Amino acid sequence: MEIKTTGVAGTLESSDIQIMISKGSNGIELDLDSEVKKAYGDQITKVITETLQKFGLENAKVKATDKGALDCVIKARTLAAAQRATETSDEPELEVL
Amino acid sequence: MENNVKRELPEDVMNDMKLKPFASSELGHPEIQRTAPVVRVTTGQNKVVDSLEEVIKSNLKDGMTISFHHHFRNGDFAFNKVMDLIIKLGYKDLTLAPSSLTGVMNDKIIEAIKKGVITNITSSGMRGSLGDFVSHGGLKNPVIFRSHGNRARSIENGEIKIDVAFLGVPISDPAGNANGQEGNAVFGSLGYALMDAQYADKVVLLTDNIVPYPNTPASIKQDQVDYVVKVDQIGDPDKIGSGATRFTKDPKELKIAQMVNQVIVNSPYFKDGFSFQTGSGGAALAVTRYLRQSMLDNNITASFAVGGITKPTVDLLEEGLVRKVMDVQDFDKGAALSMAQNRNQQEIDASWYADPHNKGAVVNNLDVSILSALQIDTNFNVNVMTGSDGVIRGAVGGHQDSAAGAKMTIITAPLVRGRNATVVPSVETVVTPGESIDVLVTERGVAVNPKRQDLIDAFSKVPGLTLVSIEDLQKMAEKQVGVPKPLEYTDRTVAIVEYRDGSVIDVIKEVKD
Repeated sequence: MEIKTTGVAGTLESSDIQIMISKGSNGIELDLDSEVKKAYGDQITKVITETLQKFGLENAKVKATDKGALDCVIKARTLAAAQRATETSDEPELEVL
Repeated sequence: MENNVKRELPEDVMNDMKLKPFASSELGHPEIQRTAPVVRVTTGQNKVVDSLEEVIKSNLKDGMTISFHHHFRNGDFAFNKVMDLIIKLGYKDLTLAPSSLTGVMNDKIIEAIKKGVITNITSSGMRGSLGDFVSHGGLKNPVIFRSHGNRARSIENGEIKIDVAFLGVPISDPAGNANGQEGNAVFGSLGYALMDAQYADKVVLLTDNIVPYPNTPASIKQDQVDYVVKVDQIGDPDKIGSGATRFTKDPKELKIAQMVNQVIVNSPYFKDGFSFQTGSGGAALAVTRYLRQSMLDNNITASFAVGGITKPTVDLLEEGLVRKVMDVQDFDKGAALSMAQNRNQQEIDASWYADPHNKGAVVNNLDVSILSALQIDTNFNVNVMTGSDGVIRGAVGGHQDSAAGAKMTIITAPLVRGRNATVVPSVETVVTPGESIDVLVTERGVAVNPKRQDLIDAFSKVPGLTLVSIEDLQKMAEKQVGVPKPLEYTDRTVAIVEYRDGSVIDVIKEVKD
């Protein structure tokens, strides 16, 4: 899967997460900013990384700004951002979720 | 050593400060020796002075204890005026012992700590930048957190010995007869400051409004006051409390409020002459509205409401549904302004309100208390002091006192806040012991403390009221948000949380970042 543009999904509202995905060459490089980083930082990192791998992205730069989103929201936002970045939004790959 | 809510307390700190571990909320009948202030005799002429600096210089020495009240809340101008001068004059090693601390004071306190002016603090609570500063080890000596009742107790028995009290008031006469009910920056009840006025060696009033002698009603009386200092403006009336209390539209809060109302109405305490305390949160205010309708429907009136008072409570008084309001502080303008109009809105001091070591405080006459929580655990222990990141961001307030006194204490809380569970296996900081808590109301159901089988029996007959175990609520929360990584702390104690009798219920450690 090839990243063609910068894909963004999500908002900065409470209980949401904003994910921005752009081209990278060194695996999944995640820059996470979260209100609950101490307690859930590892879990959020795991969910984003696994979602991208399932989708078929091995290399990407990811900027995530989390406002306390639950795992299901993190997965959905990550997938949406990845599909926008790869310009594949026409065919939602819901099986990734 | 471990206390009775299974908290490990640091041996060295406990011994150094000669503290006892928490044992029980039952306090028995100890005999207490109170202390009295040193009085410098005067006929009361020439109390009015222009120079606050001269007053400080001639009364304050290094190492002394100073106090303030927090009735102006975020509209307070008194604290920063006084602290600016104290910092400028280069004082050292002062103990700060206010009734509580509000956001507008934070920056000034941090400055004073960094310059060595303040080296000890005791307070009901702290929030924002100051809570963050202390939680990251900014103050060498541990802060002591005390409930409003415990502060009154500690002042009476000398554990807190106030050398100079600086008390802002919106009105005073030249002799120091003052109240909080008239003037520009009106806040209503002076309840917490009355302790300082009674027990401090030196009492300095600050006001922007000196009226001809005698000023009545006098909450603070001339025989207690050393100086009356005239200032330009004592407070910002718009920041003292919200102008009009808004009724929440949050469906979760409304559902919780409705369930709380059901719990109260179906409890054995809902009968003519009952009494209650509500806080100022969205759900608590909504409870007052539902309770009003239930009182009308059942033709029941309350003998009194107590606590921090809001406009909806005053409305019940004016409607004749509540006979008396016992008022230790006012949370909004409506409640503050009505004190001057309503003879049945009785100002009470912190001892009368909640002191565990007197001959009976109002909280002991209380039927139902509705309180909030940052966290509550499966043993019903409540945290109102630290956030889910372990950082200080709250206050004991009257939580321990009201919970201990009331026949039925109800905690209202959403199951989760964002990604943080509210119902947890073990709270970060125990403030109020589970033995004082009877009912937890969340939007997902009502959990009753197993020691209250009588309430379980009463509520299980109520159609539409979902009874669940607190363990089940904890599991529901965990299923939603996942299992958090345990927080990391250093070994250093940054704060001590006392129980209302002065024993230690928990300590707060420095957070590791």
